[in-house]
Amino acid sequence: MDARALLKDAGLAAFVAFALAFPMVGFQTIDVSGSHGITVVTRFGDVAIAVALVFIGRLALSLLQNRAMRLPILVLSAALAVGLPLLTTSYPVITWLSVIATAVIAVRAAWLVFDIADVVGRDEGNHLRDATAFIGRWFGPVLVVFAVLFPFLPMTSRYILDLGILVLTYVMLGWGLNVVVGLAGLLDLGYVAFYAVGAYSYAIIAQTFGWSFWVCLPLAGLFAAFFGVILGFPVLRLRGDYLAIVTLGFGEIIRIILLNWSSFSGGPNGISGVPRPSFLGFPFTANPPEGTRAFHQLFGLDFAPEHRIVFLYYLILALALVTNIFTLRIRKLPIGRAWEALREDEVACRALGINPTNTKLTAFAIGAMFAGFAGAFFATRQGFISPESFSFLESAVILAIVVLDGMGSQIGVVLAAVLLIGIPEFFRELAQFRMLAFGAAMVGIMIWRPRGLLAHRDPSIHLPKAVGGGA
Amino acid sequence: MEYFLQQLINGVTLGAIYGLIAIGYTMVYGIIGMINFAHGEVYMIGAFISIIAFIVFGILGITFIPLALMAVLLSAMVFTAAYGWTVERIAYRPLRGSFRMAPLISAIGMSLFLQNYVQLAQGARVKPLQPVVTGGFEFFQGGSFTVRLSYIQIIIVVLTVVLMVGFSLLIQRTALGRAQRACEQDMGMAALVGVDVDRTISLTFVMGAVLAAVAGLLVTLYYGVIDFFIGFLAGVKAFTAAVLGGIGSLPGAMLGGILIGLIEAFWSGYFTVEYKDVAVFVVLVLTLIFKPTGLLGKPDIEKV
Repeated sequence: MDARALLKDAGLAAFVAFALAFPMVGFQTIDVSGSHGITVVTRFGDVAIAVALVFIGRLALSLLQNRAMRLPILVLSAALAVGLPLLTTSYPVITWLSVIATAVIAVRAAWLVFDIADVVGRDEGNHLRDATAFIGRWFGPVLVVFAVLFPFLPMTSRYILDLGILVLTYVMLGWGLNVVVGLAGLLDLGYVAFYAVGAYSYAIIAQTFGWSFWVCLPLAGLFAAFFGVILGFPVLRLRGDYLAIVTLGFGEIIRIILLNWSSFSGGPNGISGVPRPSFLGFPFTANPPEGTRAFHQLFGLDFAPEHRIVFLYYLILALALVTNIFTLRIRKLPIGRAWEALREDEVACRALGINPTNTKLTAFAIGAMFAGFAGAFFATRQGFISPESFSFLESAVILAIVVLDGMGSQIGVVLAAVLLIGIPEFFRELAQFRMLAFGAAMVGIMIWRPRGLLAHRDPSIHLPKAVGGGA
Repeated sequence: MEYFLQQLINGVTLGAIYGLIAIGYTMVYGIIGMINFAHGEVYMIGAFISIIAFIVFGILGITFIPLALMAVLLSAMVFTAAYGWTVERIAYRPLRGSFRMAPLISAIGMSLFLQNYVQLAQGARVKPLQPVVTGGFEFFQGGSFTVRLSYIQIIIVVLTVVLMVGFSLLIQRTALGRAQRACEQDMGMAALVGVDVDRTISLTFVMGAVLAAVAGLLVTLYYGVIDFFIGFLAGVKAFTAAVLGGIGSLPGAMLGGILIGLIEAFWSGYFTVEYKDVAVFVVLVLTLIFKPTGLLGKPDIEKV
């Protein structure tokens, strides 16, 4: 491309950026103190910077087509990406944006300069398959050992352990949703509804009947699965995108009902005083009621509030591992094979005599069941639940975890959960950008690596390599 | 009777707004067969641009209300159109021909992104607007219940009808409309006979965004408060309207919108306000189960 065309192209991008930024960034609505009105203040400086960024970025990306320009752009953008945070002392949004933009250009330039595409492309299939197989074989067990030892590591404080529980809850939810989205290829946007059903059924059953956690846990899972069947039965005959929006609506219905049916669910105040779990009937309390023994007395330990946290940690670890093993196993059963086949081609499946509705229904119910287990755990861990915890945003976060890992890989879910749930906890001041980044990441992943960052979605079963000659 | 009439007026007004948003869903679905999840957010952005434009024009000293309304309407349409275009260009165009779930997930990501972008740029607080158009007609004044038909309700319905007629003519009579209908039938064939498919799809998104911007402006005028979260529910309801009317059909979207508006108004008026959203979702599910093609839709044959 000649210089004029390049400039025109970059100018067009900058013009669009201006049209986008001018009304929304250029003016900020603020409350007028003392009245109910609002007024605007201008931020034209930010608009100018944003437009300039888009112009330069677009120009740089186009220039990368030219081989001679690649190295200078790489050096320049990498220098800027590193240098900008060092030069400025404060970190306003614009600095961060500039850093991200230059970093993206630098990565793109490096990609081209070092011909990474060629290296990866040459025998992508084999390399990636080997890599994932290797990771799956060795990384998984190492991770499990690490997770088991985690509470006893010297660096593990109570805060870190709580965070571990949180991450594991999302890992479990991710694995559960993976059955529906990753294996069966059904986009479920109301997954959090089943999580809510599990949490509320546990809370209500445990409070009303005083049954123990271990009796209520399967019940919570059953209820959630039952709801999955109720919802799934009519709508699973629909096309995938209709299913997405119906599940979205279902999630909202559950939330609205929980919010308004006060006599049943406590309305917006939720349910507090949800019974805590006990270790085979031995409670984690300092002073157990007359005639019973507490956990610490049973083992002759001094009472420590951490015991319950550690117990909860192992509980969710066990639940998550059960989910994982179940999923890995069921993938090898006919029903699991049918899910994956349905995901790839529904019409072909029908022709082969698979009943799509029933097959989808099992995936839906099993996914819902795991959400129900996770919900019961959530309720017993928090001791308090309210409809606020079950908004669409939660569904979106769980879906983001599944999408980021490429839908279908088990290790990927763990990494994605750590990335999306664990890491942001350490950057609390950036919390407001979290969902923004999630949204952008979902779009970006779909465009560049729709099979996920790490994973390479494999059919579970391959035709064996041709064994030469006839067979 | 008076009460019934009042709910009828409210329902039709609300339905007109849903109908405007629903057209955006239905046109996009018709042409590329995907649900544009981010459309509700585009409508929300339209509402925000309207409220900002009102204040800016107010500061600039344009106080003659019809002029101010026209200016706000135009700026909301233009700037929201830019959002519609960009959403398609960034989040959907690269995914044409990708696997089935990809554009849906990308659309959800876009929707999350836009929601949080507006929250960050404009704050999470509810944005109020002083009433711009006030007054109206009152009927049955002596009786137990006074029925009110405000000027803003009349503006909403009239503007919606005008836009509907305009867009129907656009689709039926112009070259662009012909190109759109061609792409809807067979994109590859349309490209072969010289239709610029990319441009046609882009313009479809722009048209949807323009209508959403109008809906956003009308909602701002009607209710007087907006926040960054309004796009979610309005989007789902408008989608319900599009499905109820028969997705892919323009008059269907309008009919569905009015029906959803009526259902919501009557449900709130005669049953409980809290469950009005549940009523709409139930309508969606029932429609999909019993008549997935909608009231005015064509049967959808899945091609292998």
